[in-house]
Amino acid sequence: MSTADAVAGVLWVGVTLYAVFGGADFGAGFWSLFAGRSERGERVRSLIDWAIGPVWESNHVWLIFVLVVLWTAFSGAFAAVFSTLFIPLSLAALGIVLRGSGFAFQRLAPGPRERRVSRALFGLSSLLTPFFMGTVVGAVASGRVPLGNAEGDPVTSWVNAVSLLTGALFVATSAYLAAVFLVSDSRRAGDGDLERYFTTRALGAAVVAGALGLAGLFVFRADARYIYDGLVGEALPLVILSAVCGLGVLALLRRGAHRGARVLAAGALAAMIWAWGVAQFPYLLPETLTVSAGAADPDTLTEVLIVFAAAVLFVIPSLGLLYALTQRSVLEGEVAAPRPKGSVEG
Amino acid sequence: MSSQLLPARQQMAFTLGFHIILACLGVAFPAIMLIANYIGLRRDDPVALELARRWSKVAAVTVAVGAVTGTVLSFEFGLLWPEFTKRFGEVFGVLFTIEGIFFFLEAIFLTIYIFGWKRLTGWKHFWTGVPVAICGIGGAFSVVAVNSWMNQPQGFTLGADGAVTDVDPLKVIFNNAVPYEVPHMILAAYLVTCFLVASVYAVGMLRGRRDRHHRLGLLIPLTVGCILAPVQFIVGDTAAREIAKDQPIKFAAMECVQTTSTDVTEYLGGRCTDDGVKGGIGIPGLDSWLVGFSTDTQVTGLDTVPAKDRPPANTLLHWSFDFMVGVGSALIGLGLWFGFVWWRRRDIPQTKWFLRAVAVSGVATVLAMEAGWIVTEVGRQPWIVYEVMRTEDAVTGASGIWVTFGLVVVLYAALGAAMILVLRSMARRWRQGESLDEQVPYGPGEGAPSPVERGSE
Ligand code: HDD
Ligand code: HEM
Ligand code: HEM
Repeated sequence: MSTADAVAGVLWVGVTLYAVFGGADFGAGFWSLFAGRSERGERVRSLIDWAIGPVWESNHVWLIFVLVVLWTAFSGAFAAVFSTLFIPLSLAALGIVLRGSGFAFQRLAPGPRERRVSRALFGLSSLLTPFFMGTVVGAVASGRVPLGNAEGDPVTSWVNAVSLLTGALFVATSAYLAAVFLVSDSRRAGDGDLERYFTTRALGAAVVAGALGLAGLFVFRADARYIYDGLVGEALPLVILSAVCGLGVLALLRRGAHRGARVLAAGALAAMIWAWGVAQFPYLLPETLTVSAGAADPDTLTEVLIVFAAAVLFVIPSLGLLYALTQRSVLEGEVAAPRPKGSVEG
Repeated sequence: MSSQLLPARQQMAFTLGFHIILACLGVAFPAIMLIANYIGLRRDDPVALELARRWSKVAAVTVAVGAVTGTVLSFEFGLLWPEFTKRFGEVFGVLFTIEGIFFFLEAIFLTIYIFGWKRLTGWKHFWTGVPVAICGIGGAFSVVAVNSWMNQPQGFTLGADGAVTDVDPLKVIFNNAVPYEVPHMILAAYLVTCFLVASVYAVGMLRGRRDRHHRLGLLIPLTVGCILAPVQFIVGDTAAREIAKDQPIKFAAMECVQTTSTDVTEYLGGRCTDDGVKGGIGIPGLDSWLVGFSTDTQVTGLDTVPAKDRPPANTLLHWSFDFMVGVGSALIGLGLWFGFVWWRRRDIPQTKWFLRAVAVSGVATVLAMEAGWIVTEVGRQPWIVYEVMRTEDAVTGASGIWVTFGLVVVLYAALGAAMILVLRSMARRWRQGESLDEQVPYGPGEGAPSPVERGSE
């Protein structure tokens, strides 16, 4: 394995972590958007607030990590993607601003109306941001991003079947993942009603995501042949692993099992992302630019690997500490755990 | 293609100018908050602890906005300047990868600190905040060093086709401009934070709230700020001399030096024109003296390079520089006033005029910091990488940047307004005695998260 391949692997680790942790955050926003105004809707939103409040900011740094490694190690691909896909990426950036600030403001805003607006923005942008990111991925996968400065079509590059379907798949997957995570969080908060609420939604989202994935296979076969061939070729074991994990989650949820669903759900997503990576390898931009051709100077690549090692040494244990403290509910801010059903609103 | 240059520069400048204010708070606020926390624990002072706790809640808001606006900047490296990033990403990216680690640790420990007030105990909790302050400085180093590298590019070789080879990460990280630019910016972050926080409490005191809470809230940041202001002056003065040597055209533009000569006049204010400064106060020989401690020092003029290689908006640069130095000097004056009264009376000066001066110092420091960035960035033009790559060659070929710029301005205006509203409403609720999370710092811990009443509703 060359240094460039190793750095591509590091990049993919970052993508996976962002998809899992960032994805679950986006999905939580999705459920907040559709929770409605009922008493239970309020409880759903408090639960979401309480569950992701301490972790969303750190989860979001994975995106920065991915961007920075991409432009440092594979700057040609970065420039090509960001210039051709100017529109969806600008929209995604604006979505990130709305999402982060909406989330930060929703519980501190001065009045109920302001709070509602913040929540709505948080929810809506949680839906749109992963959608636009998905269209970008679809554009890359279907080979619509030529090298150079804005050489691709600014619109059809991301408004096409592969992109739109990938966008929808991203939304569905994050909703599914978030629902599975929120089942555990409901349990942690001792709210059996919400536990059932999210179990139903996790099952529903799983069906939608699965259906979109299947439809995706056909669309990819027609329009992103290189990736399709990889997915049913070398990457097939990973695709199967992903499906098995996904089915395992369904089984666990139906049985109301207390353990394992979260890990399996994350595993299903991670396996899918690595399947995509294997299918796309050795290309950064399918059939245009390979990892080795697009890689930076060797000294830069080595530096990226050293920094990654430092990250593993310092960041991973710190993140572990953060998650452990959160899971043990040592960390608490303005938002107390949501009240179980039956307690009076006021 | 270069029709996109103007909106791209406007958008970059606007988003950076916005982010940097929050970044300053992100760098320095944790340290100020830890000082209050330290005093609180050491002297068993509940007022100081309460200040630290409230400041950490404020930091939670500003850091969230800082994080999202920072993410936009990362996108902009591709959205606005793909050619720049394509060619030099592998050079300056080295620094951004390091910054990534600092951001991570900063975000993680800040969260633990902010959310740990209830269940972590005294000193243990204090120590979770210390990495935040350290990482703030580390992060600032890494990003600002990128800017220094744009001003003094080195650590790579350009091939015949313009491609970069032989990257030397250490030379990139410790480039020539780092020794003055990085400390100057970190100090600026501390000054901005200190005077902004102090000004908030000064306004409160002017409105008659002279309790201990306000006095301590004023005293802590003001003391730190007044100690650092003279240091900043020395660092800035050194920076100016280095720039006269390393980036002579920038220096000529900010001092309006048209022709290379000795015994050059230093102008305060005035309008820069092709044949010298119109208006303003001129002090003959001072400019030469400032550069080389002798009126015989030769200062390079703008005439040494063709017009297309000179920075635009000469008068703006000159005024920005003068404004920054003016504010820097005024802050030192404020510190002297404060120090003198403290020495005589062991107390904050109680006059309305002192409080008024502190009340405006916050905004003035922010403006000085923005002015400094205008000097650095506009003064480097037309180069994005000094004498290596022109800004017009770096810009995206995508169209529609006026549209995104418009969206960004509207969105950020709303964001800024919302943030101020939120902070003010938090302050109001605190004043009304609500504690926003109904628990005193280090209060008795409870077991599992009990479904208690939600605060602040
Ligand atoms: C709190 C704000 C503040 C204050 C009081 C000062 N500065 Fe400053 N200055 C900045 C904040 C700043 C900055 C953060 O905006 C800049 C932009 C780039 C940088 O590293 O620092 C800057 C840049 C900057 C530059 C250009 C650096 C470059 O192009 O690389 C010079 C020559 C000075 N400053 C000089 C001074 C002097 C002589 C001061 C005397 C008091 C001074 N500054 C006070
Ligand atoms: C440390 C980090 C910074 C980096 C890496 C950076 C980078 C850049 C880049 C790439 C550009 C566009 C190209 C160019 O015009 O040269 C730019 C322009 C600009 N930046 Fe910075 N910048 C930094 C900090 C700041 C800050 C904090 C401000 C605050 C006000 C600022 C103000 C500007 C302005 C005014 C321009 C436009 C200059 C012009 O086009 O005339 N920069 N910067
Ligand atoms: C082109 C220049 C810049 C880029 C690309 C950039 C990028 C970013 C990004 C991506 C974040 C979010 C990190 C997170 O999610 O926690 C961020 C936050 C931050 N940035 Fe910047 N930044 C730039 C300029 C600066 C400058 C000049 C400074 C400091 C002097 C700075 C200091 C910070 C700090 C302290 C934070 C932490 C969040 C906060 O406290 O507000 N940044 N920046």
